[in-house]
Parts: sequence; structure tokens; C-alpha cells
Amino acid sequence: MNHQIVSVKTYAAVFFALLALTITTVAVSRLDLGEYNFIVAMAIAAVKGTLVVAFFMDVRRASSMTRLFVCAGLFWLAILLVFLLSDYLSRGWLPVSRWL
Amino acid sequence: MADHITALAAHEPELRHHFDDSAQQLESSTLGMWVFLVTELMFFGGMFASYTVYRNLYPEAFASASHSMNLLIGAINTGVLIFSSFTMVLAVRSAQLGQKKALIAFLILTLILGCVFLSLKATEYHEKWVEHHIPGPGFQYADARYFHQAQILFFLYFAMTGMHAIHMIVGAGLLIALIVMAARNRFSAAWYTPVEIIGLYWHFVDIIWIFLFPLLYLIGHTK
Repeated sequence: MNHQIVSVKTYAAVFFALLALTITTVAVSRLDLGEYNFIVAMAIAAVKGTLVVAFFMDVRRASSMTRLFVCAGLFWLAILLVFLLSDYLSRGWLPVSRWL
Repeated sequence: MADHITALAAHEPELRHHFDDSAQQLESSTLGMWVFLVTELMFFGGMFASYTVYRNLYPEAFASASHSMNLLIGAINTGVLIFSSFTMVLAVRSAQLGQKKALIAFLILTLILGCVFLSLKATEYHEKWVEHHIPGPGFQYADARYFHQAQILFFLYFAMTGMHAIHMIVGAGLLIALIVMAARNRFSAAWYTPVEIIGLYWHFVDIIWIFLFPLLYLIGHTK
């Protein structure tokens, strides 16, 4: 109500972009890119997620407070995944006898 | 003083008196919904974390088990869910414009697409049952090397898609409530907060699927 109403054209463009990215991610999964298969798949998913958050959930026009909360959520998720992997990926790097 | 009382009496009926204006009221509802969605993100985050650990430990078994997933149904369901997000956003837009008929039509369309998603999901679960790919005593797997490790991926598959499906069922219930409210003329261009925040919930569930699809269906197709 305090915002201008977004045109159907904008929403349709986001919708078709999301469909195109879905087709791309299926197509890329059939190519053998080694390690990059996972990276490309997650990058495409991140772009799709960002499109949904920015346009469909309207965070691009939301207040700074709402955006701060969204970013805080993602930051906490990053803490969860990064700290977890810093443990699992670094096991065996040092010549310490296994005690787990 | 008299002016103030007149202003109070004249305000929009849906505006609660502890808010300055409708914009502030909508803002606080949106923020509250986002706080809830962040807790949901952390909830699903725990399952994504356990997926990360086990895929890191058993990459070959995960690739092998992922290969047996029904990619066609998974891809169609991704499209269906994205389409339902599109119709949901159009429902919110209709609410903003005060178009009651369009609002109800788009909400019903979103509900139908949600049910299509759940039906396809049920078909897939049935397929897993027939193939004995449900972890537990009845589990069978063609490649004996991965008998135990593949069960971990199938367990994560059922936990994550099952939790996602439960969120879809809750979303469908909320949509039915919105359709009833819209039919009873509860919404106007000045007040449509429930449509807005249930829209946020629906899109969030869509985003979870956007990440589940490549993680569960799209690994192991290169071999």
C-alpha cells in the first residue's frame, strides 16, 4: 500500500527466469565437470533463491530492518555449515592418532 | 483534542490503535513473519548440515543412490512449485488492487498446484516403496557395496522431502483459510496482511525445494 504495485510483466519475467534456470541446472548436471558440478548446481540454486526472495517476497523494497533479519538468518546458517565443515574437512590434516 | 478523537474515529477499521498507520502495521507483520521464517531456515538448516556431512563422507554412495531418483517427476515438481509461487504473487497483487475475484481465482490456482505437487510426491513415495528403497529392515539395493551408505541418503530424502511436504500441507490449509476469508469480503486494498504473510510462507517453502531438487536428484547423472 505504501509501495507502487509491481507489474505482472516483472513477475512473469522472474517466473520464466526461474524456469530457465531449472532447465539449465538439469542440463548441466548431465555434463561431467568434476568438482564444479556441485558448485554450479548450488550457484544456480542460490540465484533462483535470490530471485524469489528479492521479487516474489519483495525484500528488495522491504525496510532495512526486514533485510537485516533476512541477512542475520543467512549468516547464522553460514556459521552452522562453515564451522561444521571446518571440523569434518580438516580431519586427518594433522598427524594425531584417531580418538573419535 | 477534538481533532485527535475525530482522527481516531475516522481511521481504517482494520488498523489496530497501537500502530501509527497501515504501513507500519504491515511492516511489523512482515517482520514478524520473517523472524518465523528465519527459525524455519535454521530448522531445515540442520537437515542440510547432516546431508553435507554424509555426502562428504560417502560421495560415491550418494551419487549412486541419487541416480535412482525419479528425475522427471522431480523436475516437473520444481516447475509446478515455481508456477505456484508465481500465482501466489499474483494473488497478493490482486489483493493490493482490491480485486476480489482475481484474488480468489489465483488463490485457488495456487492451492491446485500445491495439490498437484503433493500428488506427484505421493507417486514418487509409492515408487520408492515398490523398489524397496525405504530405509529399514525391508531395504534392498542393487549395488551391495553401498547397501548401508545408500540408506543414509534415502533416509535424508524422506526426512527432508517429508518435512517439506508437511509444510506444503500446512500451506494448503492456510490457502483454504485465505480463500474463505476472501469470499467473506475480509480483505480490501487497505488491509490484506494475511495474504501477504502467507505468501511469504509459500515462497519460503518453494525456496527450500529449489535447494532440495539439485541436492537429491541431480548428483550422479554424469556416469
